[in-house]
Amino acid sequence: MRDSRFMRVLALLFAVVLGAAVITGCGSTKDDEESGSASSGSTAAETTAADSSATIKKGLNVVVMPKQLGNPYEELEDKGTVAAIEETGGTAKIQGPTDAAASSQVSLLRSITQQKPDAIVLAANDPNAVVPVLKQAQQRGIKVVTQDSDSAPEGRQIFINQATTQSIGEQLAKQALETAGSAGGEVAVLSATANAPNQNAWIKIMQTELKKPEYSKIKLVKVAYGDDDDQKSFQQAQGLLSAYPNLKSIVSPTTVGIAAAARYVSDSKYKGKVAVTGLGTPNQMRKFVKDGTVAQFALWNPEDVGYLGGYAAAALASDVITGKQGESFKAGKLGTKTIGENGEIVLGPPTTFTTDNIDKFDF
Amino acid sequence: MSTIAPTAPAPDRTPSSPRSEDSRLKAILGRWETLILALIALVFLIGSGISSEFLTGESLTTGSSDFTEYAILALPLTLIIATGEIDLSVASVLALSSALMGYLWNQGLPMEGIIPICLVAGALCGLLNGWLVTGLGLPSLAVTIGTLALFRGLAFVILGDESVTSFPTGYTDWAFGNFAGTVVPNTIVLFLVLAAVFAVVLHRTPFGRAIFAIGANREAARFSGLRVNRIQLRLFILSGVIAALAGILLTLRNSTAAGNVGEGFELTAIAAVVLGGVSIFGGTGTIGGVLLALILLGGIQKALNLDPDISTYWVNIVFGILLIGSVLGPNLAARVREARRINSRGTRPPRPGRSAAPQSGPGGEGNSNA
Repeated sequence: MRDSRFMRVLALLFAVVLGAAVITGCGSTKDDEESGSASSGSTAAETTAADSSATIKKGLNVVVMPKQLGNPYEELEDKGTVAAIEETGGTAKIQGPTDAAASSQVSLLRSITQQKPDAIVLAANDPNAVVPVLKQAQQRGIKVVTQDSDSAPEGRQIFINQATTQSIGEQLAKQALETAGSAGGEVAVLSATANAPNQNAWIKIMQTELKKPEYSKIKLVKVAYGDDDDQKSFQQAQGLLSAYPNLKSIVSPTTVGIAAAARYVSDSKYKGKVAVTGLGTPNQMRKFVKDGTVAQFALWNPEDVGYLGGYAAAALASDVITGKQGESFKAGKLGTKTIGENGEIVLGPPTTFTTDNIDKFDF
Repeated sequence: MSTIAPTAPAPDRTPSSPRSEDSRLKAILGRWETLILALIALVFLIGSGISSEFLTGESLTTGSSDFTEYAILALPLTLIIATGEIDLSVASVLALSSALMGYLWNQGLPMEGIIPICLVAGALCGLLNGWLVTGLGLPSLAVTIGTLALFRGLAFVILGDESVTSFPTGYTDWAFGNFAGTVVPNTIVLFLVLAAVFAVVLHRTPFGRAIFAIGANREAARFSGLRVNRIQLRLFILSGVIAALAGILLTLRNSTAAGNVGEGFELTAIAAVVLGGVSIFGGTGTIGGVLLALILLGGIQKALNLDPDISTYWVNIVFGILLIGSVLGPNLAARVREARRINSRGTRPPRPGRSAAPQSGPGGEGNSNA
């Protein structure tokens, strides 16, 4: 009987360990924050039916939905949206699910549709799950804008794209060139998970860029994957530096990876010899910019993404625009923006942060 | 063997308590359901104050269809909790079923083949839980925490971070649609049919009586000839199958399969079961009570979601408070009753300060701190 108790404990341990192993083995399951989705849609340029002389209505009632409440990146975006709506004299309320599953957003969207706001601005958790309920909302005259993370085009009228895949890939190649020094040399990429769609798309563009003659001095030696896990990214950075002693720069197109790599380099003998760059947030990277580990990195400003989304929603709800390609509207401090292919508006190239401007940003 | 099932539910857990405990228990149950009904009335009152949209057919449609999966998961959980065990892995089985559905659909299998495969996968998950609990005698709480992680992990292994859409519209339209022109969603009709079956099984069959007998006193149930392990194994398998069914419905309802669906669903389902008057220690409970609790929770969620000023977190907070209340309430009531019983015999109450009895104990010994 003693043996059977031992077996029980063993079996229990087995179940727990296996469960844990499977979960960690599959890497980070959290939503990728910086989704710069590629657009390869139709080119349906049509004549504009919108009254561009019309002005934004006052007192608009807008609901803003993040992918999930409590996500700091999304909170910044929503802050921007609320600010934009308030500038137009309307009110914006944030209502979001407490978990990142698509079904939670759908269920909440149904209730929001019943509230009949003038517009919904959301970051979709899933491009397709939200479409039926968003269509229903549009049938009731509610305008729908997606930002950061798009739904299928039939679900929304406008998508605010923070940056195109192309522009981020080009940015990464440029960063590699600028940080590797005048003589050029070896660079490595520290990415998120091996199957992260955004990062893979960006890296692919970067590799294409690096084939161009102006990048001939740069040699991409390795793409490592830190799985968007701080510890693993840290170890990967360590591994890269010992495997490639001539490495000049680590380019990390993920906020987790860039911070982990910078942390490793800043405490190692490579500090000042190997550059770290990529995509990161100012608050997370400030320390490493100040101590000289990081000369430059880039990201779009999430508050601006939300701000543009807010103005787009207000313009739609005021019938200034209808969401067709070529229509344009005034987006407050961001100036005039024009709707591109597929109802997309691109925010613009990412902002590059250096020691000169980093203190102007707080996110 | 199983024909020797006891006719009276719940052979008493405390042998020293008097016979009247049984009828008292029933009285409390009656009162409990009355309490839930009163709370439902309150929620509907508040809800219609929050939004004029609350008492509409559309709210019934959307509110109930959003609750389909919780409701369906709650049915087998009622049976399992009534035996004094628990299954925390249901939401992970749901996700595994959804992920498997997406994977198989990507592989080009027809829906008619995918649905049975998902149900079988659910049964296998339940079999694993059941075997670990009954075969190895492990505590179900620990086992299903382990398999909660395991099945969720497998869901991500099968489908990764992607989601699968484009399920056949015939199926998704059914899952999204209402029953024969009414405001009642098809999925809720399916749930009601299942609920009726579960109610009959639990309250009108020897199998149901065996469930209560096991929950009331496992050893006594065994000695009276019930095949306790076999019954529990079956319940875990049933739970797996039903959870897989819920996963299929959720997938079709949103026409999206993903590994991250239904996180935390087990908590709402268990809250409904316990709030519905099923004792977390086993032995008592009704499907009817669970139905009322589901209506209450669904009403709360709908009412709170209709107000943009109320953060979605409040849904969780209110559910949590209700869950604690539903465990605490009967417990406190039992203590007060016990204290009163002892007091009426002239002895000192065991927990001073807890009883509202006017007369204080005569002997002020060790634990009489006011």
